[in-house]
Amino acid sequence: MAWQDDWRRVRAIAWKDLTTERRSKAGFSGVVAFGVSVLVLFGFALGPEAAALRDAASGVIWLTVLFAGVLAFNRSFQVELESGAIETLLLYPGPRWAIFSGKLLANLVFVGVLLSIVIGVGIVLFQVGIPEAWPALLGVLALGTVGLVSLGTFYGAMASRSRAREVLLPLLLFPMLVPVLLAAIQASRALLGGDVMTEAGAWIRLLLAFDVIFLVATHLAFGAIIEG
Amino acid sequence: MHSIAHADPIATPSARWAWFGIFALLFLVFAQVTAVMISVPDRDMGHLQKIMYVHVPAAWTTFLAFFVVAICSLRVLFRGGERDDLLAASAAEVGAVFNALTLALGMMWGRPTWGVWWTWDARLTSTLVLLLIFIGYLSLRAFVDDPERRATWSAAVGVLGAINVPIVYMSVRWWRTLHQVQSAPSTLDPAYTLGLRLNAFAFLFVLIFLIRRRYEAAALLRAAEHADDARALGGR
Amino acid sequence: MAATTSLERRRTLAVDSQAVARRFGARWVLRGVSLSVESGEVVGLLGSNGSGKSTLLRVLATLLRPNAGSATVGGCDVVRDPDGARRQLGFLAHAPGLYDDLTARENLRFAADMLGGSDRPIEPLLDRVGLGRAANDRVRGFSAGMQRRLALARLLLASPLVLLLDEPYSNLDVEGIALMNAVLQEHVARGGAAIVVLHELAPASGILHRTVTLENGRLDAPGVAV
Repeated sequence: MAWQDDWRRVRAIAWKDLTTERRSKAGFSGVVAFGVSVLVLFGFALGPEAAALRDAASGVIWLTVLFAGVLAFNRSFQVELESGAIETLLLYPGPRWAIFSGKLLANLVFVGVLLSIVIGVGIVLFQVGIPEAWPALLGVLALGTVGLVSLGTFYGAMASRSRAREVLLPLLLFPMLVPVLLAAIQASRALLGGDVMTEAGAWIRLLLAFDVIFLVATHLAFGAIIEG
Repeated sequence: MHSIAHADPIATPSARWAWFGIFALLFLVFAQVTAVMISVPDRDMGHLQKIMYVHVPAAWTTFLAFFVVAICSLRVLFRGGERDDLLAASAAEVGAVFNALTLALGMMWGRPTWGVWWTWDARLTSTLVLLLIFIGYLSLRAFVDDPERRATWSAAVGVLGAINVPIVYMSVRWWRTLHQVQSAPSTLDPAYTLGLRLNAFAFLFVLIFLIRRRYEAAALLRAAEHADDARALGGR
Repeated sequence: MAATTSLERRRTLAVDSQAVARRFGARWVLRGVSLSVESGEVVGLLGSNGSGKSTLLRVLATLLRPNAGSATVGGCDVVRDPDGARRQLGFLAHAPGLYDDLTARENLRFAADMLGGSDRPIEPLLDRVGLGRAANDRVRGFSAGMQRRLALARLLLASPLVLLLDEPYSNLDVEGIALMNAVLQEHVARGGAAIVVLHELAPASGILHRTVTLENGRLDAPGVAV
């Protein structure tokens, strides 16, 4: 069956990326170390008053994940460029979006783990209490991650194959992520501050809409940008 | 099939377009002078209000330019084609200039009105984000050498950017709003309305002329490349 | 009438390129290359460095779009039906295209998953290319010759109609060259076709049915028998 073949391709790429990442170790731990350093530096910039830190926590955590994520998105296709694997990858039959889905899945896991670690460290450093509405907060984290990773993976595929990729990826990605970051930061902040779904609700709907729109759009457009 | 496109006969600079440019410039002068003459000083803002005759049309023109980028990008993605690619690039460049103009005037207007150069109000902030998206689009074009790859990649970036513009606006508006009511002609004094409308058309003509000129330049460069190609292929 | 016969002929040709041209920036690397390869034929592609050999292979492999001209592989147009063409061809590039942090077996398993379809035999292929004992070792530790053998195994996994090989003998030892030739012979015996880019004829002598030479983006003396 065609869809079973496609699903097997998606899984194979995700598994391959995660296995490679797990074995090379240097990549992931480097990105995590970078994220933790950014958190500490934010602490210097905003602290040491506990109230100010707590207030800024959700923004700091999301920006840290964004900065560390950029490294991950650039790496994602960098692995394929080494030893010409991208050509081999493009020569397999099947739809192009399957390649994108596989990469997206691997990056979701990668950024998800990164986010968990950053949140763990952030809770301690920024003296954040875990709110009662933590299931909603988990939902916000998941939706925000999907939005971040879908555009990050897409623009990473282009930037890593261009000149000056380190500069290009943030230039392309940051302005596009304004709605996700605003929504995720504001929703997280509302929930951390004990908001009972009144303000956070609107932001969650925006996140949901953004995720659906850009998951579809990036899957459709990937075929065009991966060729040639 | 991607056969070698030939020099675009429509893209050669023509006298008619030069006349259109002169007309656009004269109309712009006429619109600006008329607007300034017929408007009485604003009750709250005084003569400062006249900055609107540049700021507002420039903002409209910016969005129009981005719309052109989006349409051309969609056509590139679905049909391919050099002319749409060059037109999208030209519109993006001109649009970015109008975008920067909008922001600069917004800041000049905000300083005496709000007492600050910058305020994180919804429309000003969205316009800034739009400028950043334009800059990303133009940097991508600058960093990719292969023309075909540049065409498809920038088309994808253009379409995604266009989809995002309303979402950005909505998110920033939710985040914070402290701007006046939308400065559409209906909310203003009739004299202002006429001034704004005249200048909207003047800016539209200038936009068309500038995009056209930019497009001609890009098409000439491309035609020169194609001429080299034909020579390289031995008079094919 | 003539049109039908040429269409028929095209359908039976394993590879058929018509006036393929491709440029990089302002430089034309291919300037109208027409090359036909029939089933059961192995064609050696010769030419000096930068003559366009690898570019021609990449166009035929759907990795580069031609700027002009057209080409079919196994009857599928490389521009209009790239997916169909990909199902017919196997491409061995200069770079092995392997993942350093996966083992030999995992690399093949990944390829099998990507190729789709039912179970593909991995163990016999590893033995065939002489990597049976290194199956669980990561590719990072492999020599260039071992990587090329593994890439060959990946090629065999798909059992395509057309093989496009870019200097397949480089880095291979005597055994490896014999293996490559045996693979090619079997491939041809099954009715497959191959285009082999070579910088020296020696290792492939006895395998090639004919050679063609690319010079400055054009084919010289097409169809000269060896």
